[in-house]
Amino acid sequence: MAQMNMLHAINEALSIAMKADERMVIFGEDVGHFGGVFRATSGLQEQFGRDRCFNTPLTEQGIAGFANGLASYGMTAVAEIQFADYIFPAFDQIVNESAKFRYRSGNQFDVGGLTFRTPYGGGIAGGHYHSQSPEAYFTQTPGLKVVIPRNPEQAKGLLLAAIRDPNPVIFFEPKRLYRASVGEVPAGDYQIELGKAQVVKQGRDITVLAWGAQMEIVEKACERAEKEGISCEIIDLRTLAPWDVETVAKSVTKTGRLLINHEAPLTGGFAGEIAATIQQECFLSLESPISRVCGLDTPYPLIHEKEYMPDELKTFEAIKATVAF
Amino acid sequence: MSNAPLTNETVHRVSFLDKASLHIPILRILQADGTTYENAVLPVIDKTLAEKIFDTCVFTRVLDERMLGAQRQGRISFYMTCTGEEASIVGSTAALDKDDVILAQYREHASLRYRGFSTEQFMNQMFSNEKDLGKGRQMPIHYGSRELNYQTISSPLATQIPQATGVAYGMKLQGKRNVAICYFGEGAASEGDFHAGLNMAAVLKAPVIFFCRNNGYAISTPTEEQFAGNGIASRGVGYGMHTIRVDGNDMLAVLAATQQARAHAIEHNAPVLIEAMTYRLGAHSSSDDPSGYRSKEEEAKWQQHDPVKRFKLWMINKGWTSEADEAKLFERYREEVLAAVKVAEKLPIPKLDEIIEDVLDKPTPALRKQLKELKEHINKYPKAYPKSAGRL
Ligand SMILES: Cc1ncc(C[n+]2csc(CCOP(=O)(O)OP(=O)(O)O)c2C)c(N)n1
Ligand SMILES: [Mg+2]
Repeated sequence: MAQMNMLHAINEALSIAMKADERMVIFGEDVGHFGGVFRATSGLQEQFGRDRCFNTPLTEQGIAGFANGLASYGMTAVAEIQFADYIFPAFDQIVNESAKFRYRSGNQFDVGGLTFRTPYGGGIAGGHYHSQSPEAYFTQTPGLKVVIPRNPEQAKGLLLAAIRDPNPVIFFEPKRLYRASVGEVPAGDYQIELGKAQVVKQGRDITVLAWGAQMEIVEKACERAEKEGISCEIIDLRTLAPWDVETVAKSVTKTGRLLINHEAPLTGGFAGEIAATIQQECFLSLESPISRVCGLDTPYPLIHEKEYMPDELKTFEAIKATVAF
Repeated sequence: MSNAPLTNETVHRVSFLDKASLHIPILRILQADGTTYENAVLPVIDKTLAEKIFDTCVFTRVLDERMLGAQRQGRISFYMTCTGEEASIVGSTAALDKDDVILAQYREHASLRYRGFSTEQFMNQMFSNEKDLGKGRQMPIHYGSRELNYQTISSPLATQIPQATGVAYGMKLQGKRNVAICYFGEGAASEGDFHAGLNMAAVLKAPVIFFCRNNGYAISTPTEEQFAGNGIASRGVGYGMHTIRVDGNDMLAVLAATQQARAHAIEHNAPVLIEAMTYRLGAHSSSDDPSGYRSKEEEAKWQQHDPVKRFKLWMINKGWTSEADEAKLFERYREEVLAAVKVAEKLPIPKLDEIIEDVLDKPTPALRKQLKELKEHINKYPKAYPKSAGRL
């Protein structure tokens, strides 16, 4: 075990995966010599050469299309989209191509060797275009896996699993935590299974569900609630598509209450999907309406970022209201 | 006839064209010492125009120097300079009419200044205060001004390129004798929107000037890793539009090229591509450190080609300015910028109500409800939201 930040853990995962798989290549804007604008691919070009870790021209649709082609030809393609806000030029290649390659060919062709890594989320004074959480656009696309880690140890294990998963995966990295989140990370090669949520804290009165950077927010909110005598069970969903209904339903059956927190706007956000499924699965166990603490239904604002965010205090208030319902 | 080639010449053995097949000279009018080339054809320029151009350059230098400093001190969150590219930006804008619409990338604040954006307006945007025309919603340097026909900056690269074609087509249909000018970097020119925008402009005959600032880098990526062809200019020819490559550090060359591009665009309802060869002397942004990808020697070499200095020498030769005048101008703008910073940073941020405005033309009932709940929450915890509590 070593202490490291999330960027370091991601870098380690990439290096381990590259060593183990000589067909793996890493590419994207500024990822080569420079090591990426956040330095996640630092040193990889030196280690593995320019053919396997390289800069692409500045075109996300090109990056995604190129990645699809590479993966369809049996390569392991790990593409970086510099910010999740800039994934939209690649939307067609991801939604219509990556996601449907296997299905449309009757499983003759697939792009299972493909992983997109992209930093997402706010809290860094990034305004509209360096803060968005676009995960729900992709969770509504059958054929993709969507994964979001909460800390360095999770990032390393989930990324290794994502790269090796035989399906296209979008791996959203919480950029607010890149350097801020530091923790123990096991040495060497390990994987955390995709599609499995994790109960990070047991509790009795309410299930609080989140993922990525919002995990530390809900943990703090739950600490406050605990002081007021509310026992919270905290779950990190980790994989949003396909998501672990069983773990969440089991928890809600026990606690009778559910709160979901995400940074993306409320309307059409992934919390809506979770709420609909859980009320179906756990209707007779529910003691209060399922609560959602999310971003406002506005573009991500700069100066009112603090007010916009589904923060600790809003979550705390919603926990209390849900329990008191 | 559909699909007719431009020439009917045929050959009977295989012979490929390559990037050298297209010969693209660089227009240069000003020499390093501020004299013009002997046979150079000068742009239309008089003392008043020259002074306005020079004034804009000096202001921009001061703004860049001071605001990068302010960013380092933590007074603003982000900044981008255009140092080294002033001739490309100001020289081209100076060729336009005030009703021509500007669609910029982000490094063209000198252009906005030329149009008349005040020091105070720059500051209000960067400090996201209640007077910011953009209502504090975007990062510093994402300016926009309806009044000055300068569309608001959007960070996603190249999106403005096909938009400029649309604006220009609208001008044509409205019978205006105006153009749209679209600024973008050589990196952004790799995006699909670049292809779409140029091809549509050529096919639909839109009076738009595509102005590429080829400054050598897209963040850390040098042009050798951005494209393998003959620069950006070769592509304009491919799309069938008038194209020119200019020395982007030569104010007179940029001005001349843009003046004629504008005349051509209006007369023929046709797009023009200008590729300005220049160099980003500063870091990409305040978040960047170029020492990780380029040498000090390279930077020093380009310092020798300072576009503002070259233009100043020309003006001095004409007797239109002097070193002493320049020093005074710098002094004046340093004071002005500093004073404006002090005022702007003390103004409050926009009221919270504005957070739900302009999503659509009117806030929906659902959004009003979200705002109401947010206000109740802030009232409960005013200390946690110090910038908006107390002025709900
Ligand atoms: C669609 C999109 N992808 C990536 C980025 C991140 N980004 C911002 S500026 C930049 C480099 C742009 O280079 P260039 O177009 O040459 O302009 P310059 O900065 O040199 O003026 C990149 C990659 C972005 N803003 N938008
Ligand atoms: Mg550039």
